[in-house]
Amino acid sequence: MTTTAHAKPVPVPDEASEAFFDGALRGELMLLRCRACATFMSPTAYLGVPPRPRCLSCFSGDLEWAPSSGRATLYSFAIMHQLYDEAFAAEIPYNIAVVETEEGVRLTSQVVDCPNERLEIGMALDVIFERMSDEVAVPKFRPRS
Amino acid sequence: MGATAAIAGLGITEMGKVYGRTASDFAGEAIALALKDAGLQARDVDGLLINANHSQEMAPTLQFSLGFVDLTLLSAMSAFGSTAGSMLAYAAHAIQSGQANVVVCVYADAPLTNGASISESAYGGRDFSAPGFAGLRFAYGDYGPANSMYALALRRHMHLFGTNHDQLGTIAVGQREWALMNPRAQMHKPMTIDDYHASRWVVEPLHLFDCCLVSNGAVAVIVTSAHRARDLRQPPVYLRGFGQCAPGDNARAEREPAVHTGAATSGKLALAQAGIELSDVDVLELYDCYTYTVLVTLEDYGFCEKGEGGAFVADGKLGPGGALPCNTGGGQLSSYYMWGFTPLAEGVIQARGQGGERQVAKHDHVLVSGNGGALNFHSTTILSTREGDARG
Repeated sequence: MTTTAHAKPVPVPDEASEAFFDGALRGELMLLRCRACATFMSPTAYLGVPPRPRCLSCFSGDLEWAPSSGRATLYSFAIMHQLYDEAFAAEIPYNIAVVETEEGVRLTSQVVDCPNERLEIGMALDVIFERMSDEVAVPKFRPRS
Repeated sequence: MGATAAIAGLGITEMGKVYGRTASDFAGEAIALALKDAGLQARDVDGLLINANHSQEMAPTLQFSLGFVDLTLLSAMSAFGSTAGSMLAYAAHAIQSGQANVVVCVYADAPLTNGASISESAYGGRDFSAPGFAGLRFAYGDYGPANSMYALALRRHMHLFGTNHDQLGTIAVGQREWALMNPRAQMHKPMTIDDYHASRWVVEPLHLFDCCLVSNGAVAVIVTSAHRARDLRQPPVYLRGFGQCAPGDNARAEREPAVHTGAATSGKLALAQAGIELSDVDVLELYDCYTYTVLVTLEDYGFCEKGEGGAFVADGKLGPGGALPCNTGGGQLSSYYMWGFTPLAEGVIQARGQGGERQVAKHDHVLVSGNGGALNFHSTTILSTREGDARG
């Protein structure tokens, strides 16, 4: 177990993301789904922008949270060499991954239990949930065995 | 459409590690330089379009800081790095409709502070405490404004088409060769392909030399009617065509803007409006936040087939003496980073024939691109030395 100078930044769930983080705590990867046309969507277009208010396919504003199967493939990955935060010093170089879930949704996350040189676009992945605190867990993905 | 609009003035401040000045201060200097360049006075200005990056203090109150009064066109605009093209189009339309006569378009920013690294600067993306989904990326160690997103896009292109670092390195090396002939460029040291390969990974597959610079500074241009521009101090640079395309977000599985950008649609629109073909373009000034941005933009404009960008650039045709001069001032990779005003400023210099040692001999038509987000926003502007082309 590595000790770092300070802990990784733990996300702070807010009203818009509560359902997602609650799902992660109980082991479910929550996505948005349109009640009108059943299209699944990522909660945000990319991490850092606000949650989606409308369906990507039919523009309905009637969206609900629905669980993903948690099965995904690796769409692309990048290896972070630049140190921005001491909390990650021991992990550099680490991966940032975009996965595509079975529901056709792309999410930014990380692949765990896989050395960087084994990462391959298209590889099959399953969601896991990493506890960051008593209140917060985040979804990550690992190679399907 | 009414009479053509033209760029009549260009102002560029000192660039790079210029500390202790605000963006508004840089903006004021760039505008003063552009007015002087055109032979106009501050009181002639009746339009001001502002492109602020992190220096939101200017948006849209820069007018007050600079003392302009009774403007009939004012807006702060942003589609990130594609904004310059949108501003020029808006300015040109306002001039054509009679809403304004002399429009200043300005970009300024001052992210760098003395003693802080780029990752510690305003571009570092370090708002760790951002609530909700905005904070989730930091739990994954996904820091920085855009490096990871472009690295992900490039990896995708490499996977689909076999694009490699020898090819990307050709872009970086060619642009450095151009920069060595640009006194304003921040990078003065020659770069070999070995230097490129040896440069450290930032976010793999992006080497340091795949990534643009960060600069404090400002660029301003003055847009007026073609008629008026002909009576001013500089050779007019006619604004002949505009295009824009925002292809939408990357998280939809059926779409792939990481490798199919808005340049495809934007370029066609701009060329059609200008009444020219791709083969009429003499000089390319392409948005180059990363080497990959240049490569994918060339493909989407149609200079080569999708996926063949790597092979297309590998012979060095973009560099000095090459068949397709591109980013002739060194671009954002090797001269300075002012969003879309980097390619625009060099486009104006080339169209006027004022490039000195790096001037491209034939410069009738210059294609300038803008790009923002993670390849989510695109603009195209066609600059010409002629107001129109008679075509048979």
